[in-house]
Amino acid sequence: MSEVRAETSVVTRSTDSARPRPWYFDILISIVAFAILVTLPMLFTSKALPDFVIRCAAFGLFATSLNLLVGYTGMISFGHGMFFGLGAYGFGLLMQRADVSIPTAIVCTLLISAVAAVVIGAICVRLKEIYFAFVTLAFQMLIHSVILSWQPLTGGDQGLRGGIKRPVFWGIDLSNHTHLYIFSCALLVIGLLLMRQIAQSPFGYTLRMIRDNPVRASFIGINVWRAKLTVFVLAAIFASVGGIIMSLFVSGAYPEFAYWTISGEGIFINMLGGVTTFLGPMVGTVLLLILNDTATRLTEHYGLVLGVVILFFALGLRKGLMDFVVDWLQSRRESSKGRHS
Amino acid sequence: MQLPASVGDSERTNPLDLDALIGCFASSACVVTQTTSGLIIGMLLFLVAVGLTLIFGVLKIVNFSHGAFYMFGAYFALTGYQLTGSFTLAMLCGAVGTAVIGLIFERVFISRVYGRDVLMQLLVCYAFVLIFDDTVKLIWGPEFKSMGMPDAFRVPPWFIAGGIVPPFYVLLIAVALAVAALLGIGLARSRLGKVIRAAAQNPDMVSSLGINTAVIYGSVFALGCGLAGLAGALAAPVRSMTPGMGFSVLIESFIVTVIGGMGSILGALIGALLIGLIRSFGSLGFPLFTDGLMYLFMVIILVARPTGLFGKDVA
Repeated sequence: MSEVRAETSVVTRSTDSARPRPWYFDILISIVAFAILVTLPMLFTSKALPDFVIRCAAFGLFATSLNLLVGYTGMISFGHGMFFGLGAYGFGLLMQRADVSIPTAIVCTLLISAVAAVVIGAICVRLKEIYFAFVTLAFQMLIHSVILSWQPLTGGDQGLRGGIKRPVFWGIDLSNHTHLYIFSCALLVIGLLLMRQIAQSPFGYTLRMIRDNPVRASFIGINVWRAKLTVFVLAAIFASVGGIIMSLFVSGAYPEFAYWTISGEGIFINMLGGVTTFLGPMVGTVLLLILNDTATRLTEHYGLVLGVVILFFALGLRKGLMDFVVDWLQSRRESSKGRHS
Repeated sequence: MQLPASVGDSERTNPLDLDALIGCFASSACVVTQTTSGLIIGMLLFLVAVGLTLIFGVLKIVNFSHGAFYMFGAYFALTGYQLTGSFTLAMLCGAVGTAVIGLIFERVFISRVYGRDVLMQLLVCYAFVLIFDDTVKLIWGPEFKSMGMPDAFRVPPWFIAGGIVPPFYVLLIAVALAVAALLGIGLARSRLGKVIRAAAQNPDMVSSLGINTAVIYGSVFALGCGLAGLAGALAAPVRSMTPGMGFSVLIESFIVTVIGGMGSILGALIGALLIGLIRSFGSLGFPLFTDGLMYLFMVIILVARPTGLFGKDVA
């Protein structure tokens, strides 16, 4: 079985990119990206920029993890936001109630999300696409309603208030805004790097195969259910890292973090940036946040504006932004090839 | 059973009130009252869910914006009632108005995503959930509205076995049952019903026999939306209205179709009644976990019977 997997991965990879890249290529890119992100606030003195990047980190991790499901495996989860909310609430509650250090709280939060994802995924991943979408959505609403009604613990519709303690660890003081900024950027870059490794691993190519032809994948001997459950849990873990960043940023957690619109926005971000490239969701996140900030500044009717933009992309363009970039690069490469020969 | 809310300050909000539930079963008055309120929740859900299931069965589209039509129905009924003062006209206003909006929506937008992947269909509907909610906010304002009970029904409630049954509830249940019967018989016996069922099976064959499938699709979508609008209009006197009110109804009616089986009208009816009864009796025994109870029930059904009670092809 492993031989077959390796073979499919080699075949697909050779069509993916013209030249095989060295193994350290992604790490190199990550280091450069991290360096750029860290120097950004020094170049631009705008106070809003670091905040914007932190929000991009939170939503970018969430959207990219959703792309592992939507783009790579073809599982359209409409309830992925529940793990974003679980991350925010889990981390906030652990820091407020249990006297633990930040790394411990992060690890515990990720464990909680993983366990929740195993239970929910075990029920959901068997279902066909539209049922999967709605049953995950139902679970999201269940978690949202638990957060609203479990008032003594979660603060109900007021959210987690009173701030989050940030004890210093490893010389990092997250109550310092610069430290928080660098910490968020580090989480973003590490998270993206890990997800990239998952997507490019033989397991990642198994997921693509399940997306393209689940019946054939199971004939070859792949346990489709187990692979889908695994990626569901992995995606949940990365989504809750996004939630953790968000709860650190707002110093609390609000029921909106677990509301279904977060999932809807995640799906739209993926559509906006394009699901065929790994960084598409990241581009989509930046676009949506810019759109979001502009729309809320200019008008009260944010839903109206966002709805029209979604329609424009879904019915008009039918592709994400990165898909256009990829197509353009491809056509340029082909035309230059034609000129050489 | 471990309930989430059972840990915190249990003095103030007791999530587990089984005594109340057992006490209710001991008195026939309480059983009748709770059953009626469960029936009206169930009947409203049925009207929304049957439209959802009908549209899915024929058009193969899950109308994610179906809850918005329920909302439109309620607001149209409110305006219709304020203008004419007649509840019958208000109900007609709700049902016909939403059917017209549904028809336009289907022709202009939904017809462009037939056969496209689920992601696109969901996105288009998601866009319209946002647009419709904001439109209602623009026209009727963001605050809670209520229509009030129409004068004709401001009469003393009936008492059946000691339980309170308001006459309006009886009307609501009767209308929903009539719709269920009409739909069931119409689809099974009438010529149009046969064409609709044929179009659900094989639209290409139907259109090559000289039947305009676009008309069929449009009318089925309009019918489904009109039923959701009727549910909204019927709910207007007993529930408060707010933009975004449709979403929880959408989720609940989707749970109903999952329980009953997608595409089955009988399944939608049984599923809706079960959910209604769970909600009304659950609110006695588990006041804070009523929603949770519903999801729990759905999970049990899904694990035991992934196709739903009356469905065929799900997993």
